[in-house]
Amino acid sequence: MPRIGVFVCWCGSNIAGTVDVSTVSEAVKNEQGVVFSTNYQYMCSQSGQDIIKNAIRKHNLTGIVVCSCSPRMHEATFRKTAAAAGLNPYMVEIANIREQCSWVHKDMLTGTQKAIVLTKAAIAKVNLNSPLTPGESPVTKRALVIGGGIAGIQTALDIADAGFPVDIVETKPTIGGKMAQLDKTFPTLDCAACILTPKMVDAAQNDKIRIYSYSEVEEVNGFVGNFDVKIRRKARYVKEELCTGCGLCTEKCPQKKVPNEFNMGMDNRRAIYIPFAQAVPKVATIDADYCTMLKTGKCGVCSKVCTAGAIDYKQKDEIITERYGAIVAATGFNPISMDKFDEYAYSQSKDVITSLEFERLTNAAGPTAGKLLRPSDGKHPHTVVFVQCVGSRCAAAEKGKEYCSKICCMYTAKHAMLIRDKYPDVEVYVFYIDVRTPGKNFDEFYRRAVEEYGVHYIKGMVGKVSPEGDVLKVQASDLIANKQLHIDADLVVLAAAIEPDKSARSLATMLTASMDTNDFFTEAHPKLRPVESPTAGVFLSGACQGPKDIPETVSQAGAAASKVIGLLAKDKLIGNPCIAHSDEMMCNGCSSCERVCPYGAITYVNKEFRMPDRTTLVRRVASVNEAVCQGCGACTVACPSGAMDLRGFTAQQIMSEVDAICK
Amino acid sequence: MHNKDNVTERVLRISGVNARRCMKCGKCSASCPSYDEMEYHPHQFVYMVESGDVEPLLNSRSIYKCLTCFACVDRCPRGVEPVKLVEAIRLEVIREQGANHLRADDVPAKIDEDVPQQLLVSAFRKYAK
Repeated sequence: MPRIGVFVCWCGSNIAGTVDVSTVSEAVKNEQGVVFSTNYQYMCSQSGQDIIKNAIRKHNLTGIVVCSCSPRMHEATFRKTAAAAGLNPYMVEIANIREQCSWVHKDMLTGTQKAIVLTKAAIAKVNLNSPLTPGESPVTKRALVIGGGIAGIQTALDIADAGFPVDIVETKPTIGGKMAQLDKTFPTLDCAACILTPKMVDAAQNDKIRIYSYSEVEEVNGFVGNFDVKIRRKARYVKEELCTGCGLCTEKCPQKKVPNEFNMGMDNRRAIYIPFAQAVPKVATIDADYCTMLKTGKCGVCSKVCTAGAIDYKQKDEIITERYGAIVAATGFNPISMDKFDEYAYSQSKDVITSLEFERLTNAAGPTAGKLLRPSDGKHPHTVVFVQCVGSRCAAAEKGKEYCSKICCMYTAKHAMLIRDKYPDVEVYVFYIDVRTPGKNFDEFYRRAVEEYGVHYIKGMVGKVSPEGDVLKVQASDLIANKQLHIDADLVVLAAAIEPDKSARSLATMLTASMDTNDFFTEAHPKLRPVESPTAGVFLSGACQGPKDIPETVSQAGAAASKVIGLLAKDKLIGNPCIAHSDEMMCNGCSSCERVCPYGAITYVNKEFRMPDRTTLVRRVASVNEAVCQGCGACTVACPSGAMDLRGFTAQQIMSEVDAICK
Repeated sequence: MHNKDNVTERVLRISGVNARRCMKCGKCSASCPSYDEMEYHPHQFVYMVESGDVEPLLNSRSIYKCLTCFACVDRCPRGVEPVKLVEAIRLEVIREQGANHLRADDVPAKIDEDVPQQLLVSAFRKYAK
């Protein structure tokens, strides 16, 4: 027989102000199983907890009901109290008579009646509770970081710094990401490469970090603490361990007409290439789409000039499998395509460029060696127009993105300032809707562009850009002057909206991590758990979670690393015992539960059943992975045969609560 | 002549425009080929309708200067469709007895042999009840 104790908390006047607590503790005295009932001013206080502990020991209680605040607040507290007195912590039920009762009612009578009903429901449930023991699972002490931009590099460095091995998987031939392409960084204008490349080298030299460049995650299985990941190492047709990065092959390769993606296609590279001078690893890669040898079998120049014997035309993709305790998504962003913005003539004129292209144009290692020259004719521009919010804050989903891309206001101020600094003869116009510069020293930076550098900021949008001869006719609004402006520009720079990298969608599917409508990864809580995915063991770093600048990315990368370290530092993971389990005798193998499970915790197995007539029967039944299940209960609702149930929240327990309320 | 409260409501209803979606970027006015002909510009139409200040628009020549080219509709990042407000306000005016902007009597004086007949028909549709 259950022996149940009821403890009604006053919570000072929070509860006692609207609920007559002694009436409550008196009213439930004769409920089924109740052998003890009391009330106290602050049940969560040390002396309140002592009342509970003493009662458990004195009355040999098998279950307790605490009538207090929301279980979110103090369920863990009272579970610990019960455990300290030798009672299984899952024999504790909380009746929420504060948030769901005293705080929402004004009338003492109604409040008290409702509190009694809620308490009776909790008593009815605890009568059916059974002791639960959480499962344990080991933790593989190795982390995987997907994406080798500044977010991934910083996360990996911080994890390695704590002594845990970490692998970076990067789809490009080198790590560095977008930051490697930038010229200067706001708001201090230090050179991006100067602050990034030392970090790249640190990552390469750290014996805890392995870099899988030119590689992609192919498959993810397992669960928090034990993810089994298949990584495809794409054939680069160069033996990484032999290549010295001398670059001779990249000078001799006769295929010279390959658009150079590192310079945003504004110049060409060879078919065998090293993306940039500070690439990590500094190893050549053959672009199979352009290599004559790979396409026709006739060439082999790179192989002839390579003194290290590193060229291997027969190299194949290689799949490696590794186990990880934690996974960090750091897949980053890309500017959106400008195809849908015909009004800005991006596809008609070479002199209409995106901001990322402008970064390469002002970069000393870029196609113009850092000189500001028009892409069309290589002439010095005299008037440059910047257009903000191209595709950002755009309600039409087929054209742009509804959100603010966040980084454009600052980089445009930076670009404008850099032009005026180097070339005071150039007139610079920035057309904006709003200038959004929250951030340390950010607004000051923007104001400097206006006040010290004389950049013309104009409130209004550009309506159209039409190339006429060698000028770009810019027609725009000046909303403050209430005028339509016509400017003859030599160069137009579009602040294109940014979007998550395309790979994020398939990665989210592999990780069963959730995404929002824009394909940004969703965090477990927008304020309180910003670097964790709702999927256990998956963490988020950088712009894959939302638009971010470098300072913000680096702080988030560190935060994600600390969460990973917290996980890897554990020897084993204590699970939540309130998880789904399937009654195999009732399961009809329909797969409904597998389809609704958001965590991928349910698999189907063929199981042998011994029949009463001594024959055996193999049936397909659901099997719940206890380490992955989060206890959401979706499967219990989906199951048509009633085989799925949630421990601690069985259908029987819930129905008994409903019955108690309806009585 | 026009009930002040009702006219704003009617203009919004006829046009189907939700003026609150406007984020005041001015791209409509930046795109407008008739900008210099207009006393009130497309973004002002949106703002004035939103704030219930329709009277000046009803009395302005601007409503006849709009070419209905739909550039503002095409380029508005928020899908506001300013031209529909201009159209609705013009309708509001010409629906009044005797308020036709184009009268049959005026046509012979304006006629030009290069003008296609279709244009006359559409002009009547647009500027007369």
